[in-house]
Amino acid sequence: MASASKPLSGVTNGGAQKLCVGQVDSIMAVTKKKLVDLYTRTLKVRLFEEKVWDLFGENLVPGTLHLYLGQEAVAAGVTAALKKSDWVQSTHRGHGHVVAKGADMKAALAELLGKRTGSCKGKGGSMHITEFKAGVLGATGVVASGLPIAAGAALSCQMRGTKEVVACFFGDGASNNGTFGESLNMSAIWKLPVIWIVENNFYAMGTPITLTCPSQSIAQRAEAYCIPSCVVDGNNAVEVYEATLEAVKRAREGGGPSLIECQTYRMRGHSRFDPAKYRPKEEVDFWLSKDAVETIQNIALEKKALTKKEAKDIRRKLQKEVDIAADFAVKSEYPEPQEVLDDVFAEVA
Amino acid sequence: MPEKTYRDALKEGLREEMLRDERVFIMGEDIGRNWGGAFKVTKGLAEEFGDDRVRDTPISENAIVGAALGAAITGMIPVAEIMFGDLITLAMDQVCNQAAKMRYMFGGQTSVPLVMRSVFGGGKNLASHHSQSLEAWFMHTPGLKIAVPSFAYDVKGLIKTAIRDPNPVMFFEHKLVYDRKEEVPDEEYLIPFGKARVHREGDDVTIWGTFLMVHKAIEAADELAKQGISAEVIDPRTLVPLDRKTLIDSVKKTGRLVLVTEETKTGATTAEIAAIVQEEAFDWLDAPIKRVNAPDTPVPFSPPLEQVFIPDKDRIISAVREIV
Ligand SMILES: Cc1ncc(C[n+]2csc(CCOP(=O)(O)OP(=O)(O)O)c2C)c(N)n1
Ligand SMILES: [Mg+2]
Repeated sequence: MASASKPLSGVTNGGAQKLCVGQVDSIMAVTKKKLVDLYTRTLKVRLFEEKVWDLFGENLVPGTLHLYLGQEAVAAGVTAALKKSDWVQSTHRGHGHVVAKGADMKAALAELLGKRTGSCKGKGGSMHITEFKAGVLGATGVVASGLPIAAGAALSCQMRGTKEVVACFFGDGASNNGTFGESLNMSAIWKLPVIWIVENNFYAMGTPITLTCPSQSIAQRAEAYCIPSCVVDGNNAVEVYEATLEAVKRAREGGGPSLIECQTYRMRGHSRFDPAKYRPKEEVDFWLSKDAVETIQNIALEKKALTKKEAKDIRRKLQKEVDIAADFAVKSEYPEPQEVLDDVFAEVA
Repeated sequence: MPEKTYRDALKEGLREEMLRDERVFIMGEDIGRNWGGAFKVTKGLAEEFGDDRVRDTPISENAIVGAALGAAITGMIPVAEIMFGDLITLAMDQVCNQAAKMRYMFGGQTSVPLVMRSVFGGGKNLASHHSQSLEAWFMHTPGLKIAVPSFAYDVKGLIKTAIRDPNPVMFFEHKLVYDRKEEVPDEEYLIPFGKARVHREGDDVTIWGTFLMVHKAIEAADELAKQGISAEVIDPRTLVPLDRKTLIDSVKKTGRLVLVTEETKTGATTAEIAAIVQEEAFDWLDAPIKRVNAPDTPVPFSPPLEQVFIPDKDRIISAVREIV
């Protein structure tokens, strides 16, 4: 089997057009308040996912799980650049997107446990975790199926004359599906206010990207559709945030779509029972050394946006929120059998 | 009352809804000003409403439906056109996994006011990729409503109802009925979903069918009348929701049922209707239910072959005579 380790050893800018400004200078420009925001979002997603992992260990989570552990900086950086009224389109690995966008963690955890208090009343679970009123268009079990929906939501923002934008998350694997080409093309010809966020974690289940992608980056593909793109360190929330900010500005001003490839890595296997033995140890160690939470915490401390004590206080507060949410989820009731028939159709007015 | 073609009646319905609600827009391949739709249904609408609201798209069926869906859940009311019903295969994920399931799997958080128009049927020698009748596939997908108008009056009233429905509606037309005329009022009217239209009343046999086969069934009924057999002809007009009552009441009256559609036989809508009737009216049946369908083959090209593929009046009459 081809080794995936070579191009994975660090962030590459595989010939992609540069969209983001240089890293070091730009971090200076990010306000202290925003650094705290980025730290908080990244950590919140981490603590949420650790709780999910614990609940799963207690056998309270039915079905399968695609944990977001390791990729937190992507959801944090992207959503920190959005307004509440903006939209995100999620994937099968969606917990992080939903939590970072500001969904209610109680309803989110209850959903994962299949409870009637869940955001989808227990009808969706992990792969369809969604909170519409927080601006999440939906998580989807079909890889790459979110791209056309995101394009359409962006079309709607444009036609309704709002200044809303849509950020669409998808994986490296998804970028090999036909919807990628169809949707990028559509977004480019109509100058849609959409930001394509590739979460390149270098694997689609067990298949390394070296077996499925001929180019050094996925961002390169955007060029064929005349879409500006860049590659960023997806474990660095500040880099993700800055690239997104620029893309959001372009989208809001009518400048059309952008694509941001966030290079990142799963801390765990693909899904519930995957021990991820197919990944070389050096590669895993390299990425674990670039931990998303530590990275943003170090930047925030270094830039004096936070003191160690403040960082700890934030952690304690978030942990408490997550614990309360878990308690709520565990104590909630399962749906009643007759609820199986609810919500197939909306009532006709 | 003025006579209008099915095509013009449909366009009138679309136009009225676009005038009524500016959230309504149409998107699809070649529907705009250069072509006006492969079957000319949208001709003139781009000139009236602009290229934004009558939007030509790239040949990207999955993205056409997906984008319409994304627009539908964020405040617009899209009518997505897929040029031929056969090409919905390229958009099956967005239709069946996304649009149909979105409300349910998200626990009622959103509704999907989306209309997907397309066209079925043979009779134009367009062979295997442009002639199929695939409505049963969508009947098998919970979460989709399905309209199957066969007459000009119905197509106008039903498209307006479809556009106002907060759920995904598959709106299927038939190639050979676009030019058929019927009296269609100029005044606004809506036709509710789930209400069949009874074209002929009769006592001896019920004939239930869709699309062009409704027209064939009416011809058959008129000929059977001359032979002393009184046939009732029912056009469901929508498959989901389905007007069971009109059908079951009719079977209870006639005791005999012939089902006729242009679909290939196995797994067709006719199979489902037969199952419903034996569940709900078994004791009233005086004879086996007869199905008149196309054979289980792809749609052939050559005119004499296509002619045997598509059921006709004579096959309906023979089926009736076998059980009456
Ligand atoms: C269309 C489709 N094909 C296959 C699958 C099975 N599957 C689920 S996740 C996955 C890998 C997806 O990889 P990627 O897009 O890189 O996302 P990641 O899991 O790495 O976050 C596959 C093949 C699916 N759900 N949908
Ligand atoms: Mg991947």
